[in-house]
Amino acid sequence: MTWAEFLPVIFMGLMGLSMFLYVVLDGFDLGVGMLLHRANDSQKDMMIASIGPFWDANETWLVLGVGILLIAFPKAHGVVMTALYLPIALMLIGLILRGVAFDFRVKAQDTHKPLWNRGFFIGSTVTSVAQGWMLGRFITGFAEGAVYDLFALAIAIALPCAYVLMGASWLVLKTDGELQRRAAQWGRTALIPVIIGMGLISLATPWVSSTVAERWFSLPQLIGLLPIPFATFACFVALWWTLSGTRALGTLCWLPFILTIGVFLMGGLGLAYSLYPYVVMDRITIWQAASSTAALNLILAGCAFTVPAILGYTLFAHRVFWGKATELRYG
Amino acid sequence: MDLDPVLLARIQFAANITFHILFPTITIALGWMLLFMRWRWLKTNQRPWLTAYRFWTKVFALTFALGVVSGITMSFQFGTNWPGFMEKVGNIAGPLLGFEVLTAFFLEATFLGVMLFGHGRVSERIHMLATFLVAFGTTMSAFWILVLNSWMQTPVGYEIIDGEFHVTSWLEIIFNPSFPWRFAHMLLASFLTMSFLVAGVSAWQVLRRKANPSSAVALRAALTLAALLIPVQIVVGDMHGLNTLQHQPQKIAAIEGVWETEKGAPLLLFALPNEAERRNDFAIGIPKMASFILTHEWDGELKGLNEFENHPPVKPLFFGFRIMVAVGTMMLLVSWVGCWILRRHGWQPERAPRWLIASIAGMTFSGWVATVAGWYVTEIGRQPWIVQGLIKTADVASSTPAPYIALTLAGYLITYAALIACYIGVLRYMAEKPSDTYDPAPTGGAAVLGGAQLARKAGEA
Ligand code: HDD
Ligand code: HEM
Ligand code: HEM
Repeated sequence: MTWAEFLPVIFMGLMGLSMFLYVVLDGFDLGVGMLLHRANDSQKDMMIASIGPFWDANETWLVLGVGILLIAFPKAHGVVMTALYLPIALMLIGLILRGVAFDFRVKAQDTHKPLWNRGFFIGSTVTSVAQGWMLGRFITGFAEGAVYDLFALAIAIALPCAYVLMGASWLVLKTDGELQRRAAQWGRTALIPVIIGMGLISLATPWVSSTVAERWFSLPQLIGLLPIPFATFACFVALWWTLSGTRALGTLCWLPFILTIGVFLMGGLGLAYSLYPYVVMDRITIWQAASSTAALNLILAGCAFTVPAILGYTLFAHRVFWGKATELRYG
Repeated sequence: MDLDPVLLARIQFAANITFHILFPTITIALGWMLLFMRWRWLKTNQRPWLTAYRFWTKVFALTFALGVVSGITMSFQFGTNWPGFMEKVGNIAGPLLGFEVLTAFFLEATFLGVMLFGHGRVSERIHMLATFLVAFGTTMSAFWILVLNSWMQTPVGYEIIDGEFHVTSWLEIIFNPSFPWRFAHMLLASFLTMSFLVAGVSAWQVLRRKANPSSAVALRAALTLAALLIPVQIVVGDMHGLNTLQHQPQKIAAIEGVWETEKGAPLLLFALPNEAERRNDFAIGIPKMASFILTHEWDGELKGLNEFENHPPVKPLFFGFRIMVAVGTMMLLVSWVGCWILRRHGWQPERAPRWLIASIAGMTFSGWVATVAGWYVTEIGRQPWIVQGLIKTADVASSTPAPYIALTLAGYLITYAALIACYIGVLRYMAEKPSDTYDPAPTGGAAVLGGAQLARKAGEA
């Protein structure tokens, strides 16, 4: 492979990394949003305080992911955006509602607070469902037909459940007392639909896409790939174990969060393997969609300096707010 | 009814970016203002500065959130509305947008958390640094996006191979002929918008008898800044116009309402451009003034619209420009008279004449009006081109069916109208709530904590 051919592969990797980070990071924000209505008032404040310093930066990974699609694969960008026109608009309105409700709820009159809490919940839910639907449509290469719609619908339900799991394990990590105990329960409740959903999707994907079926079920590959489903299964079992009883409430409070990331990571790896080298399944490869080598070289050089810096100061921000969440005050 | 999808897509794009720009114009400059307030507090130890800092930090957070969520909408809009745009100029627009995300968005978004909630968790120095990085990030983001926009107005540094644009010189692209003026004009617009917002809200507190000691210091700082910057803005605006005359003469012809090429063109104060009959109705003007302003000669020649095969619609440019200049003139008047009178009353707004305080309060959102009017002039003035002289807007539009666009447009418009109402409502509510209560930051001391200490503290909590 020459450098010019290798560049698009690097950018697919970067796009995957950025989308993965988005799903993990904003996943817990959205999950907390969807759990909000289950908590009492002071717990609501604490839940929001746990994501307060981070949500904005978390959302920026989405901008980078879409940005890389736009920058590195301009010829696929238009196809994807046009095919997903309506769910994108829905997601954007959801994200707007979520983002502003977060800020308005503490600044508006107290009597309006419940209204903004509801806005936060609705915004988070709409965003997650729209993202699930988009993922479903994307995996099948935007194929038309009832089967494909059903497939997308299944993911539109499963992804929000996975986000709830993520949000719950974040709360187990960042809170204590009654709220932490309840969060562990919420996590366990979300676990069952997530396991069922992920199982169904793993079975359905090869069924709706012959490309994926070929990729996975031809022989030498299958053996090499087995660790992915096994690791996923192991994460699920461990999650079930830690979230039961009081195991996750003490020093192991970080474990559910890490395990959930593991589940997402395995899902992401599986997806990446199914897709490669397509940006639009069965239609456009990364090489057909790529920008000029000169443009890609320039952005890569930029990324080489900025992405480590971004990761560095992201860690710094998390270190500043390390430990259990406390009440947020402007200072 | 036959809906034109391209027109709908244009309206949608315009609606989204108009909503977006309202908030960046404030945050770009407010970040620097907060840095100033914080610095004054550290320097003078006078409580009003801290109170002002706290209050405006909350406004900043709210404005920033609106800027972020509407900005995310913008980053999808290129693909959903103008897929052909990236296909053709992706090699140029891509890296510019990419550098905006990499060097600006992450910086501001990450340090925002530390800036807003980190006080007491990091040292005073690190906190100042976080505030600085947020302000710097917003300014960088304006830099990159304006490079792209200016390049679309005055494209240079490219070659076209098989209908696709390739870069020949990044330096030429970044410092394209209209960029320096547009960047300066926009940053000044941002500082003016913020100044009148801060001054206006403080004046409102005085009017409603809800003032606290911070109202007076904020009013003084903001109004002085406005009085200093507005003359600069007017000069820069004039030079920006001269630059446009050189590169986009059809835009200036539309702004001035000049149909036939003429020598000694009048400066029209009022007129109704009549595009059907290609002339102006009810024109009132100052003879020879337009020629003088634009060519610095009383009998200088201005090219008329009739000479151009493609020229932008005249009415929006003609009126948009006049609205911007009228607001600029009012800003000059209010800030200079205001500074003069307030100074004579020892900068105590309660003792100044009520009409003055009311006028300042009345100008609270004047910056929004001028900024949006200015952008409309700039952008509509480029039509029918998306990249001046090279690509037409209609050629890059998406094939999305009109009803989809109409549906989503309605969704956006309802959301935006509601949010602007909420924003102004909450701003007013916050301004009228007594806010001079000192609440020390959550975890006492402001010492720098090392990682281990932090972890231990977390363990204790
Ligand atoms: C002159 C200034 C300016 C202009 C013309 C634009 N923006 Fe903007 N944008 C900003 C100045 C800004 C900012 C000051 O940097 C914001 C506003 C508040 C904020 O959080 O950052 C921002 C936020 C912002 C964000 C969210 C960033 C984050 O997550 O922190 C995105 C994705 C965009 N913008 C994208 C765009 C696009 C695609 C534009 C053009 C079509 C655009 N903006 C025009
Ligand atoms: C932030 C302030 C801005 C405002 C208020 C604004 C407003 C507008 C308006 C009103 C139009 C419609 C003109 C017409 O079709 O008659 C337009 C067009 C356009 N603008 Fe901007 N704009 C802004 C900044 C930008 C920037 C920074 C970019 C790109 C980097 C940009 C890209 C475009 C494009 C691609 C079009 C063509 C589509 C169209 O005709 O609607 N704009 N803008
Ligand atoms: C009063 C004297 C002013 C003059 C002579 C002036 C001149 C101009 C001109 C000629 C343009 C169009 C540039 C082009 O598209 O080529 C413009 C755009 C613009 N103006 Fe003004 N302006 C003035 C005041 C203001 C004020 C007070 C504000 C805001 C507070 C403002 C904000 C803007 C903005 C945001 C744009 C669009 C961005 C740009 O192209 O730079 N202007 N101005």
